[in-house]
Amino acid sequence: MKLLKNKTFQSLISSLICIILGVLVGYIVLLIINAEGAGKAMITILKNFFVYPNAKMRMEYFGTVLVKMAPLLMCSLSVLFAYKTGLFNIGAAGQYCIGICACLFTALYLHWSWPLCLLSAVAAGALFGFIVGVLKSYRNVNEVISGIMLNWIALYITNSVLSLVKEPSSPYTYKLQGARGKAALLPQLGFVNQIFNNNKYITIAVPIAIAVAIIIWVVLEKTKFGYELKATGFNRNAAKYCGMAEKRNAILTLVIAGALAGLGASFYYQSGIEQWECTATSVPGMGFNGIAATFLGGLNPIGTIFSSYFLQHIKEGGTHIDTMKYSAQISDLISSVIIYLCGFVLFIKYMMNKITVKSEERKKERLAAAASAVNSNEKKGGDR
Amino acid sequence: MEQVTTQASEPYVIEMLHITKEFPGIKANDDITLQLKRGEIHALLGENGAGKSTLMSVLFGMYQPEAGEIRKDGKVVQIKDPNVATELGIGMVHQHFKLVECFTVLDNIILGIEPNTLGFLKKADARAKVLELSKHYGLQVDPDAKVEDISVGMQQRTEILKMLFRDNEILIFDEPTAVLTPQEITELMQIMNNLKKEGKSILFISHKLNEIMEVADRCTVLRKGKYIGTVNIADTTKEELSRMMVGRNVNFHVQKEEAKIGEAVLKVRNMTVASKVHKNNAVKHVSFDVHAGEILCIAGIDGNGQTELVHGITGLEPLVSGSITMCGMDISKTSIRKRSVMGMSHIPEDRHKHGLVLDYTLEDNLILQRYFTPEFTNKAGFLRRKNIRSYANRLIEQYDIRSGQGPITLARSMSGGNQQKAIVAREIDKNPELLVAVQPTRGLDVGAIEYIHSQLVAQRDAGKAVLLISLELDEVMDVPDRILVMYEGEIVGELDPKNTTQEELGLYMAGAKKDEVTVE
Repeated sequence: MKLLKNKTFQSLISSLICIILGVLVGYIVLLIINAEGAGKAMITILKNFFVYPNAKMRMEYFGTVLVKMAPLLMCSLSVLFAYKTGLFNIGAAGQYCIGICACLFTALYLHWSWPLCLLSAVAAGALFGFIVGVLKSYRNVNEVISGIMLNWIALYITNSVLSLVKEPSSPYTYKLQGARGKAALLPQLGFVNQIFNNNKYITIAVPIAIAVAIIIWVVLEKTKFGYELKATGFNRNAAKYCGMAEKRNAILTLVIAGALAGLGASFYYQSGIEQWECTATSVPGMGFNGIAATFLGGLNPIGTIFSSYFLQHIKEGGTHIDTMKYSAQISDLISSVIIYLCGFVLFIKYMMNKITVKSEERKKERLAAAASAVNSNEKKGGDR
Repeated sequence: MEQVTTQASEPYVIEMLHITKEFPGIKANDDITLQLKRGEIHALLGENGAGKSTLMSVLFGMYQPEAGEIRKDGKVVQIKDPNVATELGIGMVHQHFKLVECFTVLDNIILGIEPNTLGFLKKADARAKVLELSKHYGLQVDPDAKVEDISVGMQQRTEILKMLFRDNEILIFDEPTAVLTPQEITELMQIMNNLKKEGKSILFISHKLNEIMEVADRCTVLRKGKYIGTVNIADTTKEELSRMMVGRNVNFHVQKEEAKIGEAVLKVRNMTVASKVHKNNAVKHVSFDVHAGEILCIAGIDGNGQTELVHGITGLEPLVSGSITMCGMDISKTSIRKRSVMGMSHIPEDRHKHGLVLDYTLEDNLILQRYFTPEFTNKAGFLRRKNIRSYANRLIEQYDIRSGQGPITLARSMSGGNQQKAIVAREIDKNPELLVAVQPTRGLDVGAIEYIHSQLVAQRDAGKAVLLISLELDEVMDVPDRILVMYEGEIVGELDPKNTTQEELGLYMAGAKKDEVTVE
């Protein structure tokens, strides 16, 4: 019971319960569609790259999951950072999208080198965060509304700008290769790539993403800046009263949040793993999945490292299931069911608190009863 | 004589016998007995944190006691949840009203027990009953007015009608006068007496001794979770009650030496501040000085521009026109942080809204005004946790701030009095040149009030300027060296507390009397 009261343990357990619930519901969905292969399909999703019998292949696909984890982790940190200041950065999706626009345009059109492309993605994301922040601070526009609207603006800007660097015969942008964009590829990790069977998409992005998560944790928990941000998040009026520049802080928070999402875009697209599709009709789900990863990670920057990995793990796992029995979209369905249930993390925490309080009361009642029994039997005080 | 016979024949309507309730680290109620007679007004007196609220929560079934029993009309009852309490005819007017702002008075009264046929409301019957009750008990309300539009007094009458509409026999009033003007308090006392005449039993939770002496029949006193005693009001004095409550003699009058008035620390000239509620200015061309070594009090009925005046001085709101000078520097457009660093301290009116970050720990709240100084933040921007802890421990000891877990207690879980002590400690320990204290004793008990007043006087004696904004007449008469009265955003009178009376003060506050007040 004492363990149940520990906050870290609570976060961990509630996240695990959510995952189990999600897997269960996903399994039921599979059962309904095709009962025969459901068990196998679910196991495939959870096993992900372990389905490969060859150890080298396993490592290669494990590497791919890591490559996809990095951008999700950045989006998740973006949402988390704003959330700690009391802001809900649903605009992370748009900030991520405009980051893609910036890094691919600078890479493919201007042929910049990778650090400059990376910085331009960060700057673009930060700019979109800045717009939301200014509207919030000076015109009191709800950050969710302006964030969602900017998501669409980001999408269409990206589509039209990246059409300039589109392959003539397809809706996709050019690959980062040769004179056209090789300079923009993030540096690989040498011997680490060898461990992952020469998976060429593994770049400095993965370790940097994890380092950023740790830095965010330190900033929030250990610094003056984090103290101010959290104070503003908890009580805006008190923050103003004691002279914190609460408007500036709100803008700064969203700028940083936007920068993180933009950095995520750079991490993903500058690894060369994917091309942008200029006919896309919605922003990439990365930003929204970031919200799920934030909550599944227990609103803790370190926790989000694991939750981001997990979410990408099952998303990738979904691609391995038998497409003869299930349509290809089933993997998205299952992972989204699990992601959806991640929203229940807070609810489960709440239930746990309730249970501990109740059991403590019962324990006390028992103790009191025991003590009074001792009292009446021996006519002397209980040793309570 | 008559009273003695009723005492003997009239049984207790509610008895709480030997109630014990523990929370982690604290015994909130320790063997407490409270017996309420039918048709009496029974006061429950105690300091903040004495266990009054816990005891009432036990009566309402929100907590289950570890020991003790509750009897209704002599029979033991198990109050498992608030619904049981309601069935037993127990009703409560909370200190912070539980009304739906955008509903009418009538809708609020019937809320939860709406009379209906097949789901269609039958408001006409309800209206008739409400009008009947309001006439019978002298509870003036407009059943069709929206709650957000009516005065606090009428909101309270709505709460009382809610209880009467449910035919409650036992009425609990939780610090009902905290939010009322002096006139409304008089009215409430009259209403309580009417209710008593009709045979209702009233439990009156308060720490205002004057009111208890005026209206109650008997009084039960709690101190630090323990039962101290129950006395007949007719046989006791204010002094005795306060001794029972605090455990020592209390000075009702602030002890202070003659003021040694120095230079003007704060000069306000022609200050005008806009209102957030309406289009007119809330503060209109106000000018005054606050000198070193004096306590200047701004008196007035709530809502006459005091809040905006303070916001203008402290920088929470911009000025429309006019100027503020502190220690010879024009600070009219200076940031809040700069004003604070220059030596302005501010004990805010609303400790939950402005004064504290309730989800922060006590230690994090104690550094709220100084966390950015080198003592608490190193050059790289990291907090110096060790220094913060030792600083918090020093303040906790020096200012006697009580809490469950010391510096790491969440501010939210502390009692109101200790929250206020924490704010006072933080603001005074800054060693300010000017201390702006807005209703610093609001909602506090005698012991804490005495303490805070003595701190204000100590600041004055140390040669600081103190600007006190108060709504309490006793405080206005007792604490300051000089009084300015505010009425409709203007200063309408300057009074010397030694040479004035409450009546005269009241005339100024009500706008019946007005002088031209000028500063050189």
